[in-house]
Formats: sequence, structure tokens, C-alpha cells
Amino acid sequence: MRYLKESPSQTAGPYVHIGCVPSFAGLEGMYGGNDLGKSMITGDARGERITIEGHVIDGTGTPLKDAMLEIWQADAAGLFHSPEETRGDADPAFTGWGRQPTDAVTGRYRFETVKPGAVPWPDGRMQAPHILVWIVARGINLGLSTRIYFSDEESANSADPLLSRIEHQNRVPTLIARRDGATYHFDIHLQGPDETIFFDI
Amino acid sequence: MTKGFKPGTFFQRDFDWHPPPLTPGYKTSIARSPQRARIAFDNTMTEATGPVFGHGMLGDLDNDLTLNYARPGQSAQGPRIILHGHVLDQEARPVPNALLECWQANAGGRYRHKKDGYLAPLDPDFGGCGRTITDERGYYAIRTIQPGPYPWPNAVNDWRPAHIHFSLFGQGFAQRLITQVYFEGDPHIALCPIVNTIPDKAAIDTLVAKLDMNHTAPMDARAYRMDFVLRGRRQTMFENKMEGM
Ligand SMILES: [Fe+2]
Repeated sequence: MRYLKESPSQTAGPYVHIGCVPSFAGLEGMYGGNDLGKSMITGDARGERITIEGHVIDGTGTPLKDAMLEIWQADAAGLFHSPEETRGDADPAFTGWGRQPTDAVTGRYRFETVKPGAVPWPDGRMQAPHILVWIVARGINLGLSTRIYFSDEESANSADPLLSRIEHQNRVPTLIARRDGATYHFDIHLQGPDETIFFDI
Repeated sequence: MTKGFKPGTFFQRDFDWHPPPLTPGYKTSIARSPQRARIAFDNTMTEATGPVFGHGMLGDLDNDLTLNYARPGQSAQGPRIILHGHVLDQEARPVPNALLECWQANAGGRYRHKKDGYLAPLDPDFGGCGRTITDERGYYAIRTIQPGPYPWPNAVNDWRPAHIHFSLFGQGFAQRLITQVYFEGDPHIALCPIVNTIPDKAAIDTLVAKLDMNHTAPMDARAYRMDFVLRGRRQTMFENKMEGM
């Protein structure tokens, strides 16, 4: 049996912005001045508008100022903007995919999105509402995957098939964004006692 | 009733083939590498799906870095090349509609970026960014200039081999990948601490583009071939019961 090996990963390096968010990097007018993934809401999207913000923090406690994050999520009804979505039509005014750099001075990232609906676990049980997060930066050799869950979804979180199978339950809070008005705060710790749970997806 | 196969979950990733998180020879990884085990679970729809990009979003010059930042009538300085190949999955099936985004230094080894202070000059006709989407055969091609090697702060005398960074989207977010492409014959490949984060020499070799004289544009640009491989995918059998049956 012959299978090809996946191309090995290499770090995104310090200049990932040039290729992925060129307008942010100062390449004025590249791709019409529209960085891909900057706006997830393209019209009158259904559901609750929320902001998610936070920092990516290294093992010394310093926020990364050169990271890039991508998120992927279902719409407010729990449907994906994907040709493989067979359960219904996803909201045409919501892309489900966002990409943001961390700020070059403060290190803060921010996504304007809608709160996702629930999507099923393979056995049909529903998962708690969540967002997939992917983090790349200089010094990260292979993009890191994690999930955002929501602090105001306590009962769904406690029944979630993925969260409930995690052995070290004291680490689960690293996956839960804290609600403050319409803003959720979600810091990602690469190392240390609060190291975020990263997934092998 | 109809029966068939539909795309399922993705093959398990081989973490011994990829660089590990902690690679002390590449110093920045020390404080940025998670230390606890990744928690594994089979893909749900969240991981098995992902954004899809249409060819309609591309501008005419998006895949031509020699022209897409150049002043009218000008083009970027440096050895002109075509970098081309296929995006395949682990079963050698083409991955159509895969978005590739690339970024690179100019021919002198300098990036158009606030944080790059290397003394090699900027090229006024080179931005260093391009993108394309594979066709139905999984084929892609970009036109650019061969980037220069450059020094970087790690050990006191570390140089990056000439390279182009690539970001790839497949059909599901589980296939998301960023990597770098090197050029056949570059003695810096073997010396580079970032290249050497990859433990297996055979894995490194898959990131080295090969001179491809069959695909040159004569009297214009040499060609290099680079094939990318994204994770393979299981097939799931399904049955559709038709209405009224
Ligand atoms: Fe680079």
C-alpha cells in the first residue's frame, strides 16, 4: 500500500502578514485592499452579533505581536457555509471563516462574528456551541488548533461530548470564553500553568 | 434507495513527520511551544468542513509576483521563475479549488515588512505576495522571482536558504497547512535551524522544488516543480431513502 506523506509544516515566520493579510502588512491596494477573512458578516446575518477578543501569550507571559488567527464556525442555526452541508442552507450573509492578525503594538486580536448554533457529534448528540481556532506565528512549527466555548452555555458545555471526555477537567476552563456584555474574552496560553488545551484534529 | 460514498473524516496526522513544537535550535520555539499532549478526537463537521474559495475572487495578476506590485511597464528584479505543480491528497488524488497564498523576500533577501531591517534594499516593483486556486486537476502555477537568502537573528550567523512561504486550504479545516518551499541545490538548506526542525531528511526533501526544464518559458523564465500533499480522507457509505418508498 502506498500513501503519500502529508507535506511537512514549517513555521509561518514573522512575515506571514505579507501573504495572508497584505493590506494590514502595508501592501496598499493588494487584492483590491481587501484582506481575506477580515469580514465574516457580509449582510444582514441572522443571530446574535458578538465580539471575541484576547491575546496569544507565550511562556514568559508576553503577548505575541506577530501571530495570526483563523476561526471557522457554524452560523446561528448551526449550519456551515460549505458545499458539504446537507442539513440545510447556511446563512448567505455569514461566511463562517475569519482571519485576524494580533495587533503589532498591543498583541490583541479581535473577531466580529455571530454566536454559532449547535452542531452534532458523530453519534448524533449535539455539541455545545463552539468555534474552531487555528493559531500560527513565528516559533510555532505546526499551526495550533483549539476551540472556543462560551461561558453563558453552562448546561450545554457540561453535556458536551468532547469537553466531558477530557481527563484533566481542571483544564477545561482554558477553552471557555468569558462573556462581558456582547464581548467574549478568550486568551490563548501557549505554555505555563494555564496552557490552553490544543487538539489533534 | 440510492447508495454511495461521501467524504468522511481525515487520516490521522503523522506528528513524527512534522516538526515537534519544541525545537531548541530554533530559539523562538522555546517559549512558544505547548508542553502538554494534544487531545485527539475524530473530526466532527467543524473540523471536516472549511471555507471554499471561488476562482472568481482572483485578480488577473494575483499569481504573478513579477507584476502584481510593479509600476506600469516595470517588473520585479531577480531570476524569473515559474513555480508549479499539483496539490494532492495522501492517496494522490488531486485537490481542486485549493487556495494557495504565498509570500517571500525579494531577490536581495529583503521582505516588504516593517519589521525587516536587513540592509538589502527594497525593490520598488516587488511586493512579495501572491495567491492562486488549483484547477479541477489540482494544478497550480505562480510566476515570481527567485528570492535571495537572508540572515536572521537566532545564532549569530544563521542564514535562511532561499524560500517561499505557502499557506494552503484543502476541503476541510483539518487539512489547513502552512509550509515553506526551498530550491534544489541550495547549500543553506542543510544548515538552516528552521528547516532542521523537521526530524526526517526524507520529509525535508519533499519541500525542495526541483528544476523543471520541460516547463520553462523559453527566453523568459525557468520552471521549478513543487507538489504539495494534504491529508487524505476516509470515505463514508451512505444510503438515501427516497420519498414514498
Ligand atoms: Fe521567510
